[in-house]
Amino acid sequence: MPDAVIDTLNLTKMFGTFTAVDTLTLSLEKGEIFGFLGANGAGKTTVIKMLTGLLAPTSGSASVAGFDVFKATESIKQNIGYMSQRFSLYEDLTPRENIRFWGGIYGLEKTIIKEKGLDLLNALDLLDVADTRLSSLPLGWKQKLAFSVALLHEPKIIFLDEPTGGVDPVTRRRFWDMIYEKADKGLTVFVTTHYMDEAEYCDRISIMVEGRMAALGTPAALKSEFGAKSIDDLFIRLARR
Amino acid sequence: MTSKTAVRVTGLTKHFGSVEALREINLAIHEGELFGFIGADGAGKTTLFRILCALLLPDKGNAEVLGFDTVTAFREIRKRIGYMPGRFSLYQDLSVEENLRFFATVFGTTIKANYELIKDIYSQLEPFRNRMAGKLSGGMKQKLALSCALVHRPELLLLDEPTTGVDAVSRREFWQMLGKLQKKGITILVSTPYMDEAALCDRIAFLQNGATLGIDTPKGIVSLFTRPLYAVRSLQKHILINTLRQYEHAASVYAFGSCVHYTDKRPSLDQGELQAYLTSCGLNGVQIEHIEPSIEDTFIALLEEKGGLKNA
Repeated sequence: MPDAVIDTLNLTKMFGTFTAVDTLTLSLEKGEIFGFLGANGAGKTTVIKMLTGLLAPTSGSASVAGFDVFKATESIKQNIGYMSQRFSLYEDLTPRENIRFWGGIYGLEKTIIKEKGLDLLNALDLLDVADTRLSSLPLGWKQKLAFSVALLHEPKIIFLDEPTGGVDPVTRRRFWDMIYEKADKGLTVFVTTHYMDEAEYCDRISIMVEGRMAALGTPAALKSEFGAKSIDDLFIRLARR
Repeated sequence: MTSKTAVRVTGLTKHFGSVEALREINLAIHEGELFGFIGADGAGKTTLFRILCALLLPDKGNAEVLGFDTVTAFREIRKRIGYMPGRFSLYQDLSVEENLRFFATVFGTTIKANYELIKDIYSQLEPFRNRMAGKLSGGMKQKLALSCALVHRPELLLLDEPTTGVDAVSRREFWQMLGKLQKKGITILVSTPYMDEAALCDRIAFLQNGATLGIDTPKGIVSLFTRPLYAVRSLQKHILINTLRQYEHAASVYAFGSCVHYTDKRPSLDQGELQAYLTSCGLNGVQIEHIEPSIEDTFIALLEEKGGLKNA
């Protein structure tokens, strides 16, 4: 695919004799929301590490945001966003300080950080708590801030690793509103989740089983292909084999 | 009520500084019941469990567990309950078998004496009995923690978010294990952020910002949802959500898996009119269907109604 934001061909990772990821071939286009599902231990984290330039693949090829995962890992890191529940913002810094810190890490100029930071705090309705330590803010607020901070440097793609864990069902849906909004503007979203209903919100999903892609397609197409009534149903069937 | 009460909580309140972690909680859990606490992080689930385990003192109100007061008779309670905290709390540098033996010994018993109770769960770990607990996979850690909480044959089991971060297959297996333990007469209190697990409990309590939003059977909870509910489908899901929100009669619009759940401000909805509106906005293949509400629909409605969203 010429305009693919992620393009992999037979991407493989071995740990000793163990094949953690086995010939993964995948192509994501601009503005696509891609749900990356799999049981614990199926190889999801290994794939994400390779695609974010943190782990060298054993064989195959892949490019992310136009950069090669073997040769240009630094360029990949500068051109992607990443957010997970475990690794995101500093709890003992305020929203404003977190923005300044991450803006600096991404190499943005001070004036730009200040300007963008203000816009961001405004858009998220966080101006009142801009100088309050993060640790005392509700999880839902932290999650939307983490998402926006990961986009400060305007990457083409964002990796979201279980972004919505632990919040109530309304906050979880508000988070997806943000995802949809950015995807409509052309951001590619690569998301993992244990909530199977969220898989249905994606344009396409894949289900990994023991290092291989056991299913790939739109949620509707996969359900009809496997005769499953929900993605949950399909997941259980594939992952339990 | 003919069955005996295993847990009784009256006016329970707990503050941490200026934060009100629990506010006037009242509930009674029967012996042999599988009771679920459903709520997000920060709702108060862990604080409530820690008070029931006699690990934390309430500010106001009281709690009785198996007939004993959690403040004055904590020793009696600790012998009779099994607690699995949300964070993995076994000894990472002890082996699987050493952990289990340690917990058995602390409670003055042996693995052998209660082997029959944990057999189903522990037998899956026995091939790895010499592995360090820190080196186990997530699913296996969870099974070991449950075995350790059970090894002294407790009358009551408190499981704090045992399935958070666990994949859908392991979650299902875990709930099958809970069903078996309940059949052996153990009262089980379990907390979870997953709405689909709520349906597997005998009764559930919704918790938000330290208060209960409803306590009932899954069926009873769903009956709190009073408005007619519709599932609306279209392939352009995001546009569908935004278009429905802009509809002047819309009361609530929420994505639910492959469709959008919709309620109308008016007492009854003319489906043809809504269909025409959506089609005029450029949506194709619109389907509208009257559906029964789920537990999650009800939780969302209660959150909206009771203003539990101030922190969202």
